Amino acid sequence: MSDSQALIKVNNLSSAYGERKVLFDIDLEVKQGEILVVMGGSGSGKSTLLRNMLGLMMPSQGEILFNGKDICKVNQAELAKLRQSMGVAFQGGALLSSLSVGDNIKLPLRQHTDLDEKTISIMARLKLELMNLAEYEDLMPSELSGGMLKRAGLARAVIMDPKILFFDEPSAGLDPVTSVELDQLILDLREAMNMTIIVVTHELESAFKIADRIAVLFDGKLVTIGSVEHIKACSDERVVNLINRKPRINPLDADKYLSRLTKGS
Amino acid sequence: MLAQIERLGATTITRFEDLGRMGIFLSRVFSSIFSRPFGFRDLLKQIAFIGASSMPIILLSGLFTGMVLALQFYAVMVDFGAVELMGAAVSKSLVQELGPVMTALMVIARVGSATCAEIAIMRNEQQFDALTCMAISPYRFIMVPRLLAAIISLPILTSIYNLIGIFGGYLVGVYLKGLSGMAYMQTIENSITWSDLKMTFIKSIIFAVILIWIAMAKGFFVHLEKGVSGAEAVGKVTTKAVVASAITMLFADYIVSSFLI
Repeated sequence: MSDSQALIKVNNLSSAYGERKVLFDIDLEVKQGEILVVMGGSGSGKSTLLRNMLGLMMPSQGEILFNGKDICKVNQAELAKLRQSMGVAFQGGALLSSLSVGDNIKLPLRQHTDLDEKTISIMARLKLELMNLAEYEDLMPSELSGGMLKRAGLARAVIMDPKILFFDEPSAGLDPVTSVELDQLILDLREAMNMTIIVVTHELESAFKIADRIAVLFDGKLVTIGSVEHIKACSDERVVNLINRKPRINPLDADKYLSRLTKGS
Repeated sequence: MLAQIERLGATTITRFEDLGRMGIFLSRVFSSIFSRPFGFRDLLKQIAFIGASSMPIILLSGLFTGMVLALQFYAVMVDFGAVELMGAAVSKSLVQELGPVMTALMVIARVGSATCAEIAIMRNEQQFDALTCMAISPYRFIMVPRLLAAIISLPILTSIYNLIGIFGGYLVGVYLKGLSGMAYMQTIENSITWSDLKMTFIKSIIFAVILIWIAMAKGFFVHLEKGVSGAEAVGKVTTKAVVASAITMLFADYIVSSFLI
């Protein structure tokens, strides 16, 4: 894959919370129109990688190129401009609690465009219908269920027709039916808008269904990246354990458990 | 001993870090005031919350403060044969000191705590991250309307507090203690000067900035609270915000009074 094809490129990225390093030398790139799923267990660094790619957190080392521009080096005004080409759907929706669902979705258009209110309303309505939320436009976020909040967050994320969509844990905390609906929505979005999508998840079924490629993180390191078939065929123990949902330690194995508890003491 | 010195040093560094962080926060809010687009609708909403909705508590506390002041002044003044100066004493106390301070305390209790908790929950629910990712400055969109609304509302609330307090003193002095209503009003007119009004105005604006700044900043940095998270952290920062606002406001009151009296 050449640089010109890559919409986002992460080079040699390391990141830390204070003294604690959480990401180590990550290299990956995502092509236009591709769905990349970042997978890993809890504490593997998935969300930190996402926060770095969004410019919400500065890496301790490395670069993140979006459309060829390093988001760690551009100034605030340029970063704001770049962010208008990105959409982010947060885990819990992250809708502003003081605004109605409709006003939340209209917010980016009101802030960044000179469109008249009628046009903004039509555009918001279209996105709400796409998410099957048209009748909830006037409700407050507190009146929506978890799945509806995620879909409303997704509607807001795509209202500016971004080049790239980041989706943090689309299936977390949802019932299987709603989870499948969201997966389908992600595929539909790519189909309809040729959107590049990066999804962070730990749900295997969801990842295998939507991904063009999957990146597996383990303890802050990129273990492997490749197609669904590549991941399924991967012989790395950490990937195999993740796919087979094998626990990292069996608490019922008394010897191992005690040795872990007493380790370092 | 060495451990205690280390702990003291670490605490001192943390305090200075907090102060620096809050200072940078305030400078970012002020520098965002002139950014566009301006959220006029949000400003009105915040004025309604900080100003209009605080009216009942301001009216009640102002009335009772004025009434208590009149009772206490009467008890002292009657011994010195100076009860005719009660109007001046009540109004001067209110306008110079009690009006701005008590109004600010009421607003801290009602608005400061609510604002801090609201902003802390917004932080916990990633609403600020969402705004940042939408290229919308949280300082401009969330903080500026609250700061301006406090600056607009507090002088008005303080003026109302002063007026209703003077009226409370009038009720006690004239209807309970039998003073002349005309004399009560006349002494107010003679004793209250432009510098008194200037003092009440300056104090109320400074208190407005202090109380809303501390409430917003404490909520905004809730994720940096050590050892707590979620609802517990929200409760902790809200308590801290109320205490810090009240203490800082009283300290500022002393500083301003020492310059203006």
